[in-house]
Amino acid sequence: MPAPFLCRTNDFKIKRARMATIRMARCNGARAIMDGISPKKLTIGEMGLSVTMALLAVFAIFVAAKAWTPEYAFHAYLFAAGAVASVFAIANRYVSRPAVTPQEIDGKPNYNFGPVKFATLAAMFWGIAGFTVGLYIALELAWPIFNLDLPWTSFGRLRPLHTSAVIFAFGGNVLLATSFYVVQRTCRARLAGDLAPWFVILGYNFFILIAGTGYLLGITQGKEYAEPEWYTDSWLTVVWVTYLLVFLGTLWKRKEPHIYVANWFYLAFIVTIAVLHLGNNAAIPVSLFSSKSYIVWSGVQDAMIQWWYGHNAVGFFLTAGFLAIVYYFIPKRAERPVYSYRLSIIHFWALIFMYIWAGPHHLHYTALPDWAQTLGMTFSIMLWMPSWGGMINGLMTLSGAWDKLRTDPVLRMMVVSVAFYGMSTFEGPVMSIKSVNSLSHYTDWGIGHVHSGALGWVAYVSFGAMYCLVPWLWNKREVYSLKLVNWHFWVSTIGIVFYITSMWVAGIMQGLMWRAYTALGFLEYSFVETTEAMHPMYIIRALGGGMFLAGAVIMAYNLYMTIRSPEPIALGNRAALVPGE
Amino acid sequence: MANPTHTSPSIWQRHQVFEKNSILLVIGILVAISIGGLVEVLPLFYLKSTIEKVEGIRPLTPLELAGRDIYVREGCYLCHSQMIRPLRDEVERYGHYSLAAESMYDHPFQWGSKRNGPDLARVGGKYSDDWHRDHLRNPRSVVPASIMPGYPWLEKNLLDFNHIGDNMAVLAVEGVPYTPEMIASASSDVKTQGSADDGATPAFTKRYPKAISRDLGGNTGKLTEADALIAYLQLLGTQVDFKLYDDKANIR
Repeated sequence: MPAPFLCRTNDFKIKRARMATIRMARCNGARAIMDGISPKKLTIGEMGLSVTMALLAVFAIFVAAKAWTPEYAFHAYLFAAGAVASVFAIANRYVSRPAVTPQEIDGKPNYNFGPVKFATLAAMFWGIAGFTVGLYIALELAWPIFNLDLPWTSFGRLRPLHTSAVIFAFGGNVLLATSFYVVQRTCRARLAGDLAPWFVILGYNFFILIAGTGYLLGITQGKEYAEPEWYTDSWLTVVWVTYLLVFLGTLWKRKEPHIYVANWFYLAFIVTIAVLHLGNNAAIPVSLFSSKSYIVWSGVQDAMIQWWYGHNAVGFFLTAGFLAIVYYFIPKRAERPVYSYRLSIIHFWALIFMYIWAGPHHLHYTALPDWAQTLGMTFSIMLWMPSWGGMINGLMTLSGAWDKLRTDPVLRMMVVSVAFYGMSTFEGPVMSIKSVNSLSHYTDWGIGHVHSGALGWVAYVSFGAMYCLVPWLWNKREVYSLKLVNWHFWVSTIGIVFYITSMWVAGIMQGLMWRAYTALGFLEYSFVETTEAMHPMYIIRALGGGMFLAGAVIMAYNLYMTIRSPEPIALGNRAALVPGE
Repeated sequence: MANPTHTSPSIWQRHQVFEKNSILLVIGILVAISIGGLVEVLPLFYLKSTIEKVEGIRPLTPLELAGRDIYVREGCYLCHSQMIRPLRDEVERYGHYSLAAESMYDHPFQWGSKRNGPDLARVGGKYSDDWHRDHLRNPRSVVPASIMPGYPWLEKNLLDFNHIGDNMAVLAVEGVPYTPEMIASASSDVKTQGSADDGATPAFTKRYPKAISRDLGGNTGKLTEADALIAYLQLLGTQVDFKLYDDKANIR
């Protein structure tokens, strides 16, 4: 993005020149129309959004003045600041933009990559932030002194910060960036909307900011992975509907008769997350001037709705969205077509139909009625098949290009992510079996399972996509150093192995200790003895998390150097990697 | 297809309708994702067997509700479940398995999903108020190997209960049986429950049967966030009298 202040004088010159053109055009209107010169005007969108944001700022200041708590007032002021900043941003953009943004230049689509670039960088930033918080709370569990006896650093407030930062901030920005990239490329059309794509990207990151600061200040509605309060949820709803419209609008502009398979997955992700978000977060605020609300659902119904949401946040946010990445980036990078078109059709519909049933496996042996638990378990086991359909389609796309795994660490990262996907979608059905779940539930086995999916699958496929995207977006031939990608791969892979094995041991050990009996028929261990037994595992887990974070820092440096490097990068980097390395 | 002919399009060709029309694709997705959710969620709202009939369940007192709000605020549910499963070791460790009725007024539910610490569904009455106070201030002062964070700020922060009646009014709209009388006397009930020997106690216990009412803090005259949280913790799992509860009555 050009720095607006540096360009301003230039812009004024351009503007003056344009004014002259317009005056000439008035002398000869017919010629002006033939030449296609039109005067620059504020669009309805620019005018409407500026006015809306200005009104929002005034409203937010009014709310801040009457807020019941300082924490809520702080958030209202953040809204006001964000709204004012957006008015300035719109004005700045107006000054520097051309009168009309062409949809095509020389017969080629004039792709809108600005928002994609922003989301890619945001993903890198939030990824490192989220991994760091994760490492910190891992240390808290090993050594509770790290809680510091302060509210905003205690585990209960940092844990949602970690989960939201990695899932919604890191994962969310990866999905926004890749979906906006892929939908343009596969439709061969510029992103729909003028300000709308920027509104989606910036609005979503503003949502992250409000949600994250809220957790630290104790603003939460107490539902896992859906902690943000009513006003943050409402803001996200506006952003998300805009996201859906931009995505659909771009599909409508497509030059291809067919909607590419990756876009089915993106669409399923966007639509379903909207439904889940609205259903799970139905709440009544106590007051406009209070951050507090109460969820309308209660007890057993709330539990069912929570895990209908929670498991499908996994199914649609962390699976469908990232499968879309698999369907675009792996074929691109491997330079091979998708293995089976028919398999992609079958596994798409089977996956989205079956996933939605799986939620009750989070509630085995609870007060949820047995029939619902059994349904959840049945569908969770069946879900294994469409999941592996996706894995097979992703892996087999490599047929004829397997040799690239030796030479291309980016492709290797994505292929290993698909393998991790296969592994954790096998582990999941196993854990959903009631008898297995009676041991695994409430223990660190669940944490291990989640991280084999989150680190091995979601993060790795994201890293792979980002290693592809950054050179494409910034017009470089390749990332700065494939050697560093290799380092990233191995450091973080060993980190993942430490992480998941230590959590398996911790979880199974704790589950067995809870149910251990002495020869006389008494419970053998008190709760705290099981806590003590896990201390070494928690240290190993923190080590694994630290290595994963180190890998991400290597990546950030590599991407930074890629963007900074003069164009074009010599092919030397690729040549430096010899087979077998 | 039993008898494929050249004229009838294959299923793959039929599928193209979704590949060429984004609105049909969206509708297809909506249909596919709606079925499971509707089948699993809707019956829970009308099947009477979902929540058994139990004596003794009452809505939280204003002080307990304020304590629960703090429980939610500090993210206690991330390490403590409130759901005892009907497994031998859990029943022996924590007490009778949890009933659906026991969380029927919980907005939102706090069953939890991970036990970094023990289950709290029946923690009420197991420890003294003083133990809780020490434990919240510094868990390792009473459980040396505990990994729980200390919450020293809870006993320093005075409880803000100016709006507790507003909170109850919202819950009443959502189906918790708070009467207008309960909402109107919310603030005075907070003070009553948190202090020893108050004149209003009989009226209070009439509104909230079997609610504890005592000086929770040892620092008479000041009501802190720790007091509210302790009032909530001391209530947990104590409402149903399992000497009288008939676990066969709800089987049908």
